[in-house]
Amino acid sequence: MSLLTSLRNLDRRWIFLAVGLLVILPLVFGLHIAPVQPSFRARGFYDAIERLPEGSTVLLAGDYDPGTAAENYPMHLAAARHLMRRNMKIIALALYPAGPPLTDQVLAIAGQEFGKQPGVDYVNLGYKVGNELVMSSMGQSIPRTFPMDKAGTPVEQIPVMRGIQNFGQIKLLVSISAGYPGTKEWVQQVVSRFHLPMVAGVTAVSAPEYYPYLQAGQLQGLLGGMAGAAEYEVLVEKPGLATRGMDAQSLAHLFIAFMIVLGNLAFLPERKNGGGRP
Amino acid sequence: MRREEGGTFAPVDTIEGGATSYIDEGAEGDVAYEYRLVAQPPEPGLDSEISAPVRARANWFDRTKFNVLVVVGFFCLLLFIYIRRSEGGVQWTFRSIPGLAAIEEAIGRATEMGKSVLYVPGVQEIDDIQTIASMILLGRVARMTAKYETDLMVPTNSPGVYTVAEEVVKSGYSDVGRSDMYRSDQVRYITSEQFAYVAAVNGLMLRTKPAANLLLGAFFAESLLLAETGHSVGAIQIAGTANVHQMPFFVVACDYTLIGEEYFAASALLSNDPRLLGSLKASDIIKIFLIVVIVLGCVLATSGQTWLGDFFATQ
Amino acid sequence: MKRTVPFLITMAAGLFMLVAFFVPHPSVRVLYTEMQTWAIVVVGFTYVLGVANLLRINTRHVARRERDWPFKIVLIAGLLATMAIGFSEGISDIMDPSVLGYSETGSRFQWVYITFYSPMSATMFALLAFFIASAAFRAFRIRSFEAMLLAIAAFILMLGRVPLGNAIHPVIPGAADWLMEIPQNAAKRGILIGAALGVIATGMRVILGMEKTYGGGEGS
Repeated sequence: MSLLTSLRNLDRRWIFLAVGLLVILPLVFGLHIAPVQPSFRARGFYDAIERLPEGSTVLLAGDYDPGTAAENYPMHLAAARHLMRRNMKIIALALYPAGPPLTDQVLAIAGQEFGKQPGVDYVNLGYKVGNELVMSSMGQSIPRTFPMDKAGTPVEQIPVMRGIQNFGQIKLLVSISAGYPGTKEWVQQVVSRFHLPMVAGVTAVSAPEYYPYLQAGQLQGLLGGMAGAAEYEVLVEKPGLATRGMDAQSLAHLFIAFMIVLGNLAFLPERKNGGGRP
Repeated sequence: MRREEGGTFAPVDTIEGGATSYIDEGAEGDVAYEYRLVAQPPEPGLDSEISAPVRARANWFDRTKFNVLVVVGFFCLLLFIYIRRSEGGVQWTFRSIPGLAAIEEAIGRATEMGKSVLYVPGVQEIDDIQTIASMILLGRVARMTAKYETDLMVPTNSPGVYTVAEEVVKSGYSDVGRSDMYRSDQVRYITSEQFAYVAAVNGLMLRTKPAANLLLGAFFAESLLLAETGHSVGAIQIAGTANVHQMPFFVVACDYTLIGEEYFAASALLSNDPRLLGSLKASDIIKIFLIVVIVLGCVLATSGQTWLGDFFATQ
Repeated sequence: MKRTVPFLITMAAGLFMLVAFFVPHPSVRVLYTEMQTWAIVVVGFTYVLGVANLLRINTRHVARRERDWPFKIVLIAGLLATMAIGFSEGISDIMDPSVLGYSETGSRFQWVYITFYSPMSATMFALLAFFIASAAFRAFRIRSFEAMLLAIAAFILMLGRVPLGNAIHPVIPGAADWLMEIPQNAAKRGILIGAALGVIATGMRVILGMEKTYGGGEGS
């Protein structure tokens, strides 16, 4: 009983320490606990890009900021790599003010790997204030909504933007999103109105919110959090940040399950007495 | 390809070979356009004739939204009927929501302990309906704290919310005749950056150790970060949000959680204003109507009839 | 007067936006888009008020040497330094590529972003992992049959979402998918429909002026 009492008064910093170790150690040493198995959601994401004819123009929306970069960045990078490997033209933008530098980074890394030229093969249009308004305004005219790219070059001088008027010339929308504005708004404003095929990569906590869109066919694929990104990395055969993080996530999930059991054991006496605040 | 009548052709879109119709989303109103199909890769023999000139004319009603109009119209009608009935003295009983009663209790507890009440209105802009509902609740909370002479802190993460919250709290204090108690640093703007805001609010919790935390609004990843810190300082916590993905975190970490429609009904229930209660009753009736429609839709779809589902499908 | 005018503006704007939702005619669309632009401009101006409030409260805190006042100096210095760097760099000069705008890779503002903002923001988000573990220990009590079902679902889901689950048994990821696709979606749709009705009712109450708390109290 005294063990249970001391468990009940467990300083939560011990839990924090255990989580910290369980996350850091596998990242440093790489345990390779189990191979990643792609789900049908990740496969849908991959197939949607594979189905496109080479040279199609794709809109890549990186609507997140450094806060959720741990989850969103690996999928953003993997998507850029996949698109460039298939020689797609990428028009990138962000509706999060702190998003464009991450997009720059992703495009630069993938661009270098596949020998792609900024302006010719891809462009970062940067950030535009206005959330949904930006999306619906792009439906009228992309050059009018983004008259210049992030660096200030007028779009008419950018080869990849030639002939691009509105969503009519875009073959796929890839939304990497952390919240609002993001995947949900792209579906509501663009997919439902302009019938553009769309795939999305979102944070794990928000992924269940988009399942109905997946079921309704409004999304063709969905990557949920780091696990989704890892599945996608396996499909594009380029294991990266997310695949490395899977060991850490496996152990962290196991630890949380263990904490639930331990918590119930520790508070068993209280339960028998039938009290306590939830 | 498209051209203005007599002009030169320019590509508008690439469509599949089997397509039999095309809607040009980019057409300007009242301009005569001519269209022509051009094969890809180019093969002049397959190109179509030039179409007769057509003009896009703007509609006064978007027919694809007819179903939305029907449901909203029906809801509004019910709203008026029940508000009138309510004003006429008809009374209804509503399921009591423990979290609501707990708000006054929590403020009372803060008063007894001589500690403050922390009100976090979520992390969305003022144009979000959840933030608007939060401002309505803030008005009621401000009146209670003014009445009990308890300190109220409202850190905001948007300057728009800050401006409105300041006005709402000030009015709350003046409504109960306690304008003298209002301090200009009670409502403050922190930052619009999500996690910097969380750091600041958590810091505020750890330093001031409020007796009650009211987390009411639109929350995202910060929900558990705020609620766990609030728990660690021993505050009684009442949360309310319509963001489904954050509800589990609040349910686990807070003492009471107002879920979805409970959150929106809270201000009406707290006010006891018959007109507001009437609007709640109307919501309940339309919900029953929707349940019937859903069940009927399922039965019809199972028996191969899709007309009901098609009617309610949004474009 | 102070309360009637805001109420009338709210009602007019609200009803117009409601009508504009159903009317695609350009004469309505133009005003609709214009009003949304006004909203963006108004929000832009509120930032001035917000920053003024931030500076006023924190400088007063420092002047009075209230508790933890040195932290407030860090806050004010951080705010002013970031603003100064951003304004000094301005936007990029298209004629002269050697001039880096604040948003360009390699600018000083980007250095601040990568060096300070990015790691601090990611750290706050990462705290979630620690807090979830402590919340699981503290609050996930199996008090009833329903709570037990919830715990079992949580176990399946946590294991099914990582490769470890598949290694234990291939059925686990499938079961996790089923939980997410069927019961989770069904419950969530129910909550969403209820919330949507709440949204409409709240919206109507505000537009019709029944909720006077919003926009300046009920009046005494």
